[in-house]
Amino acid sequence: MKALVGDLASSLMEFLERLGAMTRFAGAVVAQSPAALLRPRLVVEQVYNTGALSLVIIMTCGLFVGMVLGLQGYELLQRFGSEESLGVGAALSLLKELGPVVTALLFAGRAGTALASELGLMRATDQLSAMEVMAVDPMRRVVVPRFLGGVISMPLLTAVFIAVALYGVQLVGVQFLGVDQGQFWSQMRGAVEFEDVREGLVKGFTFGVACSLIAVFEGYNAQPTAEGVGRATTRTVVISAVVTLVLDYILTAIML
Amino acid sequence: MNPAAAGHALPAANAADVATLRGVDYSVGGKPVFTGLDISIRRGDVTAIMGPSGTGKTTLLRLITGQLRPDAGTVIVDGQDVAGLDSSGLYVLRRKIGMLFQNGALLTDLDVFENVAFPLREHARLPERLVRNIVLTKLHAVGLRGAAGLMPQELSGGMARRVALARAIVMDPQILLYDEPFAGLDPISMGVVLRLIRSLNEALGISSIVVTHDVREVSQIADASYILSDGRVVASGTPEQLREHGSPVVQQFMEGLADGPVRFHYPAPDYRKQLLDRSEVA
Repeated sequence: MKALVGDLASSLMEFLERLGAMTRFAGAVVAQSPAALLRPRLVVEQVYNTGALSLVIIMTCGLFVGMVLGLQGYELLQRFGSEESLGVGAALSLLKELGPVVTALLFAGRAGTALASELGLMRATDQLSAMEVMAVDPMRRVVVPRFLGGVISMPLLTAVFIAVALYGVQLVGVQFLGVDQGQFWSQMRGAVEFEDVREGLVKGFTFGVACSLIAVFEGYNAQPTAEGVGRATTRTVVISAVVTLVLDYILTAIML
Repeated sequence: MNPAAAGHALPAANAADVATLRGVDYSVGGKPVFTGLDISIRRGDVTAIMGPSGTGKTTLLRLITGQLRPDAGTVIVDGQDVAGLDSSGLYVLRRKIGMLFQNGALLTDLDVFENVAFPLREHARLPERLVRNIVLTKLHAVGLRGAAGLMPQELSGGMARRVALARAIVMDPQILLYDEPFAGLDPISMGVVLRLIRSLNEALGISSIVVTHDVREVSQIADASYILSDGRVVASGTPEQLREHGSPVVQQFMEGLADGPVRFHYPAPDYRKQLLDRSEVA
């Protein structure tokens, strides 16, 4: 029992230390962000790396999530004879929940792991040390542009995911199952409000900040070994997923 | 940054020295790496820092560049107390320093040309034509002008080391640090790098610090040498003086003997007893 309490206490201390380190790291990243924006080419490169290169997986997953939503939604709404409301239900669930959350989980798995492993390998192969010796701050030159690239990409990817998923819902609901096309779109247009879109974008932006920060923090602070880089990559996915779901609850509670 | 203006009291350092370490203590995780280390690097010389693996030779370079801070003692580089500098002061000092890392540490997302141009683009706003000419000049000096368009992963170990050397000299530093420049090189590449270190030192009028355990190679080009062991300097002088040094540690190192004061075997229990001991077998 004593050993268990001791283990718990040391785990708690380790967690708090890491949280403190990440807070300091986040402060440094935010402080250097305005300077990094003065070199937009570096940020644009990272928007391409984290955003454009994630488009295929985001669009593919969005299409299938939408198609599944179409099937499940139709089956459920048919029981109440209101299958014309499929568009509204799908749009609201995608805008408010599924879109930002699934995009964030996919972003963590594709772009987050790429960021963490790239930075970890740069650490392991002395590239970051070489920059320091060349009087170039790796935080400003490498970390901050990658963070900003992720923050800019996430809301855009969320929007793309939602749009493609809605097409998937329409494909299954209207084209395959025969829901009236006019009802599908007009009900959606009538029920979806600007606040719903805003909620999705706010969540997308917030998850983008969290996932990008976790990825660059884990990569930058990775142990300079193969195992260390692997661990940083795994931690990025796991922590990003947990933080995304926790933040989702908090944001939903605030914006309801 | 003027150290006097910054209020740092500097210990007496010889003006002829480009770097001075006085009474430096440094430890990692409670384990001492250096205890009272004293080293003076003369301006314009090629100085070799030698010693068995794990004696902290790379750590010494990181103390000189300010990437590490000593627990005690002073590290003075070009008249400035490194430990007393803030981050902006350190960056100003580092512009006078070039460093060749053991593995080259080339930026893997940039080609050879852009790797060499990297410090110029970060620190100087020069016309593209001038950047091109400077980069090609430095690449020509290391014999790799023709490899400007290659990516780091397309280079051999020796070529990567030479590209890193071109990058290290592109800002015309006053001090050039080499971390194990001969490790893993074939004899031809080793000879090329060896000649480059000496010729660059003379052509550019810089001071070079070469950290290595390749005694024979570095003895051909070094003006002065230090041998480190157990966290301190055990011998210093010209390569000839070191060869005639009476210390068993120095003789073991210079002659490359497997056993001596520096033991081949890591401390372990009795070999025979351990082999016969069945309690360790699950």
